[in-house]
Amino acid sequence: MSLFQVANDGLWQRLSDHLIVDLPIGDWFTLVVNFMQAHFDLFFSVVSSVISFVADNLTTFFNWLPAPVVFIALAALALWRVGWQFTLFVLIALYVVLGMDLWPATMDTLGLVLAATIAALGIGLPLGVLMAKSDVVQAIVRPVLDFMQTLPAFVYLIPAVIFFGTGRVPGVIATVIFSMPPVVRLMNVGIRYVPSENVEAGKAFGCNGLQLLWKVELPLALPSIMAGINQTIMLALSMVVIASMIGAGGLGDPVLAGIQQLRLGTGFQGGLGVVILAIILDRLTQSFGQRRRRASVFSRLAKMFGSNSERPSAG
Amino acid sequence: MRFESAQGERLKTKLSVENVYKIFGSHPKRAMARVAKGEDKDRIFAETGMTVGVSDASFDIQEGEIFVIMGLSGSGKSTMVRMLNRLIEPTSGAVKIDGRDIIRMSRKELIKIRRRDISMVFQSFALMPHQTVLENTAFGLATAGVGKAEREKRAMQALDAVGLKANAQSFPDELSGGMKQRVGLARALAVNPSILLMDEAFSALDPLIRTEMQDELLRLQSEQARTVVFITHDLDEAMRVGDRIAIMQSGRVVQVGTPEDIVRKPANDYVRSFFRDVNVSHVFSARDVAKRNQLTVIERAGMSVRAALSRLDDHGRDAAIVHDRHRCYLGTVSVESLRICLEGLAADDEGDLEAAFVDDVPQVSADTSINELLEPVASSPYPVPVVDADGRYLGAISRAVLLRTLSRSEEEAA
Repeated sequence: MSLFQVANDGLWQRLSDHLIVDLPIGDWFTLVVNFMQAHFDLFFSVVSSVISFVADNLTTFFNWLPAPVVFIALAALALWRVGWQFTLFVLIALYVVLGMDLWPATMDTLGLVLAATIAALGIGLPLGVLMAKSDVVQAIVRPVLDFMQTLPAFVYLIPAVIFFGTGRVPGVIATVIFSMPPVVRLMNVGIRYVPSENVEAGKAFGCNGLQLLWKVELPLALPSIMAGINQTIMLALSMVVIASMIGAGGLGDPVLAGIQQLRLGTGFQGGLGVVILAIILDRLTQSFGQRRRRASVFSRLAKMFGSNSERPSAG
Repeated sequence: MRFESAQGERLKTKLSVENVYKIFGSHPKRAMARVAKGEDKDRIFAETGMTVGVSDASFDIQEGEIFVIMGLSGSGKSTMVRMLNRLIEPTSGAVKIDGRDIIRMSRKELIKIRRRDISMVFQSFALMPHQTVLENTAFGLATAGVGKAEREKRAMQALDAVGLKANAQSFPDELSGGMKQRVGLARALAVNPSILLMDEAFSALDPLIRTEMQDELLRLQSEQARTVVFITHDLDEAMRVGDRIAIMQSGRVVQVGTPEDIVRKPANDYVRSFFRDVNVSHVFSARDVAKRNQLTVIERAGMSVRAALSRLDDHGRDAAIVHDRHRCYLGTVSVESLRICLEGLAADDEGDLEAAFVDDVPQVSADTSINELLEPVASSPYPVPVVDADGRYLGAISRAVLLRTLSRSEEEAA
């Protein structure tokens, strides 16, 4: 026993003195961030003004829209894409949001989520295509995506604040980074899993690279791509709430107030608002993942009026 | 069969494959060196991990023939057909279409060839699920940049040819397997290619539909003869549709010949094993033994009794098959019957061919088995015409041909 202790104390101590080097990774990261802040000022201000232009306009626009217009627009989308039960849910849910006096916060959040999603898709979709087309790109991008997805969401907020200060812009940027991975991944997977005979058919009938992508790969990968977009939107929504910590505003504010001041009711109302927005966005974007038929509106109408579909059935 | 016809068609090589190799793996050149030293496929795989897909394949395909490539799975036939339009890049060798080597072509030229000259039908149909039947059919035309109105018109014609005009607005998942493959066929025909590659095109269909599709292919081929390369693992199918058959075994082409050649003189035990349990008189129906080597006369204005007689004289035949422009069989005329008919005519009378038809020539349907053919062929003074369900003339069977087929089946049985 004592021998073990001696060995443990002495040997391990001596070994660790020699073998373990201090790695101040945190300091290095700080150095990098400081360096970037000092030398890429122009870049950050350009990014900042673009993002703030888009985000400000979207939030202003949704807040400017009269509530009844939003009711009608969302209800119409719900009826077209999902069904009357969901339409009923949308109407009730929006009414609840109005009743909780969270309408402006909800519209802010919707604007932020859309701004972040647009940016995430703008970068993520082409990146996913590149990743699908090149094994080298895939080998590089995949670990980066893993890193982006597993790093705790709060950690994004720190550099975002350093580069862009507080407010909407860093909130949107942190959200973009956090929510981009799924759409990149699912674009990649979707294209790679297009049946090889379909790709061969495309080539055999003389598609060039762009035609192959446009006429064969993207349409066949569409369900996967839409699943990616759906997940990106969901992640963006959850991050936007967290980003209220750095002043992004929206539905995160009542949640944050609830935590800081232990106001259970306020926090719950904010949370409920997020859930409602999440369900509406989720169901609507999911519905676009199902394969669309040009005839669908008509066949749905036909079904509504009880007549049989006039399309010939499989023989 | 088609290229031995007596109508004086000239043979023309459409597609020629010269010493083509395909090696799958990381260092194909290294494996090529081993192949050159004569090492066999299994040893190369065991020592280098590389697979010899196709090894030293050479054959010519004639214009207008159905050329079947047959082999078991893993014999390299699917790889082979994909090298004919360069979906798979050969490791070495040449593939020439009308004398031009597509392997050494630029991407741009290759795409042009794929859009214009060569199209393909796939085993799993490979239709685009997001497009209607019409859009799927027009796919090749759309790729080539043909305008919407024009390509829809041509796609409609192709759909009409395969009997699917009514389903133009359906989506692929609303169709049965056989219908899907008709769309696949229509898509390939819509670009009006001179070469049609069919990779196990009917293998995924159930036997009844399969036979139906084979008939469909033969019918389309009788309307407009294209050069068809047909891949199959099924002997019956190869025998039914093939003018010539190439048999592949572990990456090598072991024999090329007409179905008769291959049944009669199999090149090795592998080829023979395909036929081991096969009784020729069961395998073959009237369609298979019918020969297109009879002289034919097409019934039309100006084809008088005199003209027909002189055509028979020119070719030194004593009988000829008469069919109309749609190849529908009308009757058989002989020198004797024409002469008799002519004697009864005034000098300026054109005469009616129908009057000269020989009475006692029966016609048999394409599906008649060889055993049932004995009686009609034996009793007929001239070769017996074989017609399909629509009355189209497929070929004729003479006594000599029938006897030769039967004697072969005796040999096989012995």
